[in-house]
Amino acid sequence: MIRNLFAAALVAALCAGLATAAIQHFRVTPLILHAETFEGEGGHSHGEAAVAVTTEHDHAEGTAAHSHDDAAATTSAAPEEWAPQDGFERTAYTTLASVLAAAGFALLIGAISMFAGIPITFANGFLWGIAGFITFSLAPAFGLAPELPGMPAGDLMARQVWWAGTALATGAACLLLAKTQASWAFAVAIALVVIPHIIGAPLAPDEPSAVPAHLATEFAATTLGTALVFWLVLGTVFGKLNDVFAVRHAAIPAGATL
Amino acid sequence: MNLTTNTTINTATGLQSLSISQRLIAGALALMLGLTLLVGTGFAGDYRLHNGAHDARHAMGFPCH
Repeated sequence: MIRNLFAAALVAALCAGLATAAIQHFRVTPLILHAETFEGEGGHSHGEAAVAVTTEHDHAEGTAAHSHDDAAATTSAAPEEWAPQDGFERTAYTTLASVLAAAGFALLIGAISMFAGIPITFANGFLWGIAGFITFSLAPAFGLAPELPGMPAGDLMARQVWWAGTALATGAACLLLAKTQASWAFAVAIALVVIPHIIGAPLAPDEPSAVPAHLATEFAATTLGTALVFWLVLGTVFGKLNDVFAVRHAAIPAGATL
Repeated sequence: MNLTTNTTINTATGLQSLSISQRLIAGALALMLGLTLLVGTGFAGDYRLHNGAHDARHAMGFPCH
């Protein structure tokens, strides 16, 4: 049965991850690549921007190249770090990361299902998907809007903590309402959902964004839409596979032990 | 009709047939592996993990930079 849980989770993750990667490839990544062309203009340092600055510097100071070599070498040390090549390699890594993250989310809801004693079935997979979307996409995005490279943003660690805390509180609210719909549960659930937003997400510094607004709004809408597809596929496929495995398990004669 | 009823019953037994300790073990294993995968793809600061998962992090709404 434990094997069934992992098999169902991983196959569902593969379906959801690949479906998401396809949408990302056509609708999301082009926006990221476009945004990266503006990166560096707003004072946000990034690998590629730093490389451009260094080479520009070398050309301009051609005559004094000798004395500037050391400085150029030290400043270009950071941009030397590995990153996938644009094109196939980058797409492959994005797809792999999406599938692995999908596996992580699938195992996480599988674990919650086990702990809470609420099965994930084809009939309720849709609800699991909606809950996952609200917990891991909508609630965090309400405080930290999906962010393009080059947009000003608050401290990374603080945002990660807020993101995880918001997901935890929102997920707990969904789980509580799935277990009981007593009126106290509604009150607690509302509090759990609202408190992270009263605390507030770490604010971005008040500086102009290098990324044009239309790219940012399109990105926010597209990523939320993609996330909804991701979660609905993950929940329903996970549930369908659980049903299939359960039927197969039940079909084995009671005396037979495997 | 019969088929759907059977499926529901069997699915219920799928989870209910497990003892509490089996459920806890399965849940703990899935939780640990799942969190490891999520931290690795979505949160880890290591530049190789960050750069490899960069576009996926942005696309999935994880804080990235």
